[in-house]
Amino acid sequence: MEKLSKTSKLYLTFVMVVLYAPIFFLIFYSFNSGGSMTNFKSFTLTHYKAIFEDDRLMVILINTIIVALLSALLSTVIGTLGAIGIKSIRNRKFRNTILSMNNVLIVSPDVIIGASFLILFTMVGIKLGFLSVLLAHIAFSIPIVVIMVLPKLNEMSNSLIDAAKDLGASKRDILTRVILPYIKPGIFAGFFMALTYSLDDFAVTFFVTGNGFSTLSVEIYSMARAGVSLTINALSGLVFFVTIILVLGYHFLTLRKTKGVRN
Amino acid sequence: MKNKGNVFSLIPYYAWIILFVIAPIILVGYYSLLDLDGHFTLMNYKQFFTSVYLQMTLSSFWYAFLITFFTLLISYPTAYLITKLKHKQLWLILIIIPSWINLLLKTYAFIGIFGNKGPINSFFNWIGLGDQQILFTSFSFVFVSVYIFIPFMILPIYNSLDKLNPALMDAAKDLGASRLTTFRRVIIPLTADGIKAGIQAVFIPALSLFMITRLIAGNKVITLGTAIEQQFLVTQNWGMGSTIAVFLIIVMFIIMFLTGSKEKGEARNGKTK
Repeated sequence: MEKLSKTSKLYLTFVMVVLYAPIFFLIFYSFNSGGSMTNFKSFTLTHYKAIFEDDRLMVILINTIIVALLSALLSTVIGTLGAIGIKSIRNRKFRNTILSMNNVLIVSPDVIIGASFLILFTMVGIKLGFLSVLLAHIAFSIPIVVIMVLPKLNEMSNSLIDAAKDLGASKRDILTRVILPYIKPGIFAGFFMALTYSLDDFAVTFFVTGNGFSTLSVEIYSMARAGVSLTINALSGLVFFVTIILVLGYHFLTLRKTKGVRN
Repeated sequence: MKNKGNVFSLIPYYAWIILFVIAPIILVGYYSLLDLDGHFTLMNYKQFFTSVYLQMTLSSFWYAFLITFFTLLISYPTAYLITKLKHKQLWLILIIIPSWINLLLKTYAFIGIFGNKGPINSFFNWIGLGDQQILFTSFSFVFVSVYIFIPFMILPIYNSLDKLNPALMDAAKDLGASRLTTFRRVIIPLTADGIKAGIQAVFIPALSLFMITRLIAGNKVITLGTAIEQQFLVTQNWGMGSTIAVFLIIVMFIIMFLTGSKEKGEARNGKTK
């Protein structure tokens, strides 16, 4: 393998610095006792304390987590069942049609999803708020779960199911004791992706949330529109910390899982 | 027969397709034919093809093109160099982590960085350029968008580069190809799928993002996404908003169709050659 030249190394370092600089910039000023992102006065944790003392913000934080967990859970159930169902569709043309339908929401821009769901919820008469946000999040997470689960299902050999059947397993047994354990890593990945999509979503939520309900992204947006507030910086510090833990946790879990399969 | 149980497992999934995939598209189409009072009309389409909207559409495309171009320009070499590194998995995770940080927080960071007293302006002052207005310009919009999309472009390109068989590069070298020729005639064509996936992942969102324009570009840049948000949530003219949405959906399908059919064509060419 050829060694990287100095310019290449410099270039990579540059890209890395550019990618991380804004994030560390935000976190750096979250400890600023001055009120702005310009001159650093002295170290303080007041902005972090302010988050936990702000009841409204805490409610929004809890809302965000509840919506994320619920939508990830429900979309994982529907998506996994859907993927198993898609796999069993015999007609190839029909299966491909369903698969392209599945991908529509993945490639659709958020604004379109948000706007069309807004029309849908208003037409059906669902009040904008917790329920509409939850439904929207479930809706855009389902195709992601399907995408994560399907490769695992395709990987699974049919002889496993045949063997189970020959050994007298009922349909339920086949599902719960053969298929589900095999595709578990895919389900897990799907759940995790759905969780992060929900936590991260701004645009769709922005369209379908009413006045009374807000998630963290929407709140950050309205705070940022009002101007610089170091509370947002402190929030980014927390978000960054949680993200690192999630990414590392996910990485090690999948690593252990793949190793477990090999053993 | 064999999969009777599976038919039931598909019921919630089919319900989802009908309710959240098909119905919304139909509803957007339906609303695009309504005026403010709910009467059927083609006025929205007529209005869309006036110079105001066409100009906005063109400029939105232009910005999306610029953003995609610069993102690709930065991402391709990065992805290429990462595949050459020893701990490439670790580096890839390092690239991915910023993409997991909430989009709004990253955008918000630039309000501080590009601000009048921010580090960039301090630097300009230091080298004697004096204060420059960076925030609320089209430059800041393109820069922040490129910054946000880089990881999404690197990922698919990295995947296709990583799959590349190194023997092909050696073969090209043995057959007398220069480094540039190898890159142009071997590496690029073989990673075309990754590039296309990256372009798809950047171009469509670049047409429709509205929070970056709102926070960073002030009202200097209006993309299709900004216009839709404006019509739906500010002006409350859902008809016009839907008309723009219909247009964006059509563009989306065209882009998907183009990248899809090209992929097949190239695969065929590759085989016959």
